[in-house]
Amino acid sequence: MTELPLRSANLQIDAKGHLRHLLSIEGLNRAILTEILDTAESFSSVPAQSVKKVPLLRGKTVANLFFEASTRTRATFELAAKRLSADVLTINVPTSSAVKGESLLDTLRNLEAMHIDLFVVRHAESGAAHFIASQVSPHVSVINGGDGRHAHPTQALLDMFTIRRHKRNFSNLCVAIVGDVMHSRVARSQIHALNLLGVGEIRVVAPRTLLPSHIKELGVRVFTQLAEGLRDVDVVMMLRLQKERMESAMLPSGLEFFQVYGLTPEKLALAKPDAIVMHPGPINRGVEMSSEVADGLQSVILQQVTHGIAVRMAIMSLCLGSRAVPSEM
Amino acid sequence: MNPLPSVDDLLPSMVQEINILLADRPIRGALALVGIHTGGVWVAQRLQSMLNLSGHLGRLDISFYRDDFTRVGMNPEVKPSYLPFRIDNRVLILVDDVLHTGRTIRAALNELFDYGRPARVILVALVERSGRELPIQADVTGLRLMLDPEEHVKLIGPNPLSLVVQKAKVR
Repeated sequence: MTELPLRSANLQIDAKGHLRHLLSIEGLNRAILTEILDTAESFSSVPAQSVKKVPLLRGKTVANLFFEASTRTRATFELAAKRLSADVLTINVPTSSAVKGESLLDTLRNLEAMHIDLFVVRHAESGAAHFIASQVSPHVSVINGGDGRHAHPTQALLDMFTIRRHKRNFSNLCVAIVGDVMHSRVARSQIHALNLLGVGEIRVVAPRTLLPSHIKELGVRVFTQLAEGLRDVDVVMMLRLQKERMESAMLPSGLEFFQVYGLTPEKLALAKPDAIVMHPGPINRGVEMSSEVADGLQSVILQQVTHGIAVRMAIMSLCLGSRAVPSEM
Repeated sequence: MNPLPSVDDLLPSMVQEINILLADRPIRGALALVGIHTGGVWVAQRLQSMLNLSGHLGRLDISFYRDDFTRVGMNPEVKPSYLPFRIDNRVLILVDDVLHTGRTIRAALNELFDYGRPARVILVALVERSGRELPIQADVTGLRLMLDPEEHVKLIGPNPLSLVVQKAKVR
């Protein structure tokens, strides 16, 4: 598999320090993350309206380019754009073969010819969104909806939003990320976001086979035992276990994984009594966690889905807002 | 320029005018105050107690309804709107600190109507200044000011509330 080039993260921020594209959490700063979370907070009142939309992006066109299957992310991006009154085009590109840079560029040029203002890109290859952002016209924005094993910044931001709703202050939090860290773009983005927001302690909990070798460089404490890793944490962020990994030699069966790393009420009891449980979805019940935990009082998994809309509204409007052209008075 | 009157001196006559307006036409349904962020909320809070109105005060942030998003981008200080009551068939007293171009009120009315269909909206502005760009006028005003286009009147608050006129920064 050829990896597409990961271009400079500075592509994301314009000369005035505004968000131009959202490609990865790396390259952003705490001020921008906080601005996104604050703006999302304001958008969270929109569903209380009887007309559940605001006219902010009226006349703008958003294209969701999904080269990789997704239900939740696609639906929430689509709803976010619609609640901003943008026109939305969702294109599911068949995932049959590895898409080469050239044909990706072709797809892009065709869509640009249709006067798209913002692309949301989800792609199985790392760097796809960066590549597109490096190629689009200056007035067009790109949001990464997940690329390969690299990044899933909007998921990480909605996770930060959910944590902030429950825990006032990031600095004295202890957060455990549990599961397949190795293959998880979500985990990578979460760790960068938690670091930028100044979280006190970040733990990763996984079997050695599912831990990237350089993981400690990201400023995390590594645990291979779930019980130790969960002790006294404020937030438990479970990762999704890809079924195909289980079928390869990397992992024992789902049941065996559950017995060692699955979150049950007994194990959750080791965390702080007010700890929250998160999961990016879709959950493999009986693999990553038991149904008692997934549907329990400490679970905020469905809130994450709701918050995903407001957070994506914030990101879209901040990206397009940075394109504002002041006219002469 | 003459010093501006104190806000506390302007409010009693505004309350009186609001009461006359409300007595003029019988009100069917409930009454509620809605302040526009940020100055309008401060003025609405004062009026709420002076009018002896119970219930919650609505707060409106019109940032998502502005007509200049493509020129100035996102308002960095946007706050959530909060309307803790049903709008339908309610008489709303919409309060802003300064009525200038009328664009804020246009945005506020659009936002209100996305929450429901009020029976009536009464517009109250602490200051009505020159420079209207839309056919909008206040029902109740505390102070009318003729200002040059480069002059701004600003409400400072929340405690105490005071009005100042500033020269706009040179672009």
